[in-house]
Amino acid sequence: MSAAASPPRPNPVRHSSIPWAVVPFGLILLALVLMAVFAPLIAPVDPSTQNLLARLKAPGTEARGVVYHLGSDELGRDVLSRVIYGARISLLVAFASVILSGIFGSILGMVAAFQRGWVETIIMRLVDIVLSVPAILLAIITVAVLGPSLYNVVIVLALTRWPRYARVAYGQTLSVANMPYVRLAKFMGAGWFRLLWRHVLPNIAGALIVVATLEFGLMVLFEAGLSFLGLGVQPPTASWGAMLSTGRNYVGNAWWIATFPGLALFLLVLSINLIGDHVRDRLDPRSR
Amino acid sequence: MSPVLHVDDLKVTIGGNPVVDGVSFDVNEGEIVSIVGESGCGKSMTAFAVMDLLPKAARLAGGRIMLGDTDLRALSEAQRRNLRGNHLAMIFQEPVASLNPLMPIGRQIAESLIVHRKTQGRDPRLAAIAMLEEVGIPEPEIRAGQYPFELSGGMCQRAMIAMSLICRPRLLIADEPTTALDVTIQAQILDLMKRLRDETGAAILLITHDMGVVADMADRVAVMYAGRVIEQAPVDDIFARQEHPYTRLLLSTIPRLDGRPKVTLPSIEGMVPDIGQWPVGCRFNPRCPLADQPCIEAQPALAPRRDTGFAACWHSDRVETML
Repeated sequence: MSAAASPPRPNPVRHSSIPWAVVPFGLILLALVLMAVFAPLIAPVDPSTQNLLARLKAPGTEARGVVYHLGSDELGRDVLSRVIYGARISLLVAFASVILSGIFGSILGMVAAFQRGWVETIIMRLVDIVLSVPAILLAIITVAVLGPSLYNVVIVLALTRWPRYARVAYGQTLSVANMPYVRLAKFMGAGWFRLLWRHVLPNIAGALIVVATLEFGLMVLFEAGLSFLGLGVQPPTASWGAMLSTGRNYVGNAWWIATFPGLALFLLVLSINLIGDHVRDRLDPRSR
Repeated sequence: MSPVLHVDDLKVTIGGNPVVDGVSFDVNEGEIVSIVGESGCGKSMTAFAVMDLLPKAARLAGGRIMLGDTDLRALSEAQRRNLRGNHLAMIFQEPVASLNPLMPIGRQIAESLIVHRKTQGRDPRLAAIAMLEEVGIPEPEIRAGQYPFELSGGMCQRAMIAMSLICRPRLLIADEPTTALDVTIQAQILDLMKRLRDETGAAILLITHDMGVVADMADRVAVMYAGRVIEQAPVDDIFARQEHPYTRLLLSTIPRLDGRPKVTLPSIEGMVPDIGQWPVGCRFNPRCPLADQPCIEAQPALAPRRDTGFAACWHSDRVETML
């Protein structure tokens, strides 16, 4: 269709235009990431320093030369500092588990779709099995065996979440592998690694990135949930989930202990999900 | 001298039913041999068998495929992979879909050089640019860095030809190379293929159903029907004189500039028989105006034509009197 022949369209939707609706959430996410990275510089006091004489102080209270901007918790620790440091745990766990499960799941999905036969059967049935095991059950078992720690949380999340990527990579690879350019590259003598790495992966990466961004928010919630149950990061390390868990006991007389980590969690997951939706709109051809 | 490609008694089956049934032909150096026929006659399967690209359901049931002095069927998968793209190359039907949308075309063209480690003393990128220039793409330095969506269909086909020829293959198989292109670009691509044949001496096997392309390109023609070659001759001879009714009918269906205007074009009655339901005797007999008792009873073998080439018909002397 030539440009001259087509009538001028009103309000053409341009893909390069700035998505103003998403920008504020991008800024929030950026702020949270910066907060996590520069936590030692931003936090007013050490997040683990207790002060039993300044327990459960309301936001804005000053006690013994320290201003508790967001109040203090049941052990007299600064809630603001703990929220700031808690962002590190949330983002670190989510990032590490998304990367691990993403790489693992994508490789298995691609190989399953490419090799077919018994390799495909084993991998995809394994996907079904893992998806049918409740994540919390697996988490409790893993923690019982390995003991609760930051690394074990990442391992649990990677072990339970990789099938999502495997399924998407599998489906996408099945369709891409039949494209003439993959057949041509195969014909021209490219080995399986080159085919997957150079020809298949770039063409399915969009869908995988969409899954990864949507998973990221879920991983933040998962980590908080595990820590809330006491299966995740252990005290005195500041984690939003653990803060919610203890703050719950004081919510009647010290609402700030649970509210501020909850708010931070809400903002982080909301902005990630909205950005994830936007990424999906841009990258996933099916939603165009 | 032995031919570049020698196919002898090739048999391909799908689910036990033959789709290619004893096809033999040669392609010599610098020669363009065209296989023509309707959809489903087995011409693409023949090419796929030679190229080791048969779909999973199809099985190579017999015959010999010789590339020079090498028996392709005796080679291991690794050895065949080394031949493909290197000594054997292929041009597909859909030029745009045959290029990776996320890889600059220069890199795609250089890829087979890299895969086959033929880069001694040559920068693959520069070789790709030189190849783009050779296939007539203007500003090759700029084009090499562009993605397929930035190129027209004709340019994509040129890029694919560059890709297949960069290792200087001895045999190029082109499966309907111009079907997806408009007519002016078709002519350009065909000219390009002929010029490259002259320059590199590559043998070309051209799979097509377009008699215009055949007349323009081919040195020799093999007409296929229901899995067999039914007539084979140099291109001028076959256009001048047909000794198989199917060839004659096929040629008569092409509109001619010097033909009588406003006359209904002839068509061949009936349908190509389905795979596995080929008739006994000559497979063309249900559609053939010359068919009689011998045609229903026994399948004719390829016999020498009066001039050159071969035809498989019991009544080859009467074909000229048809129509």
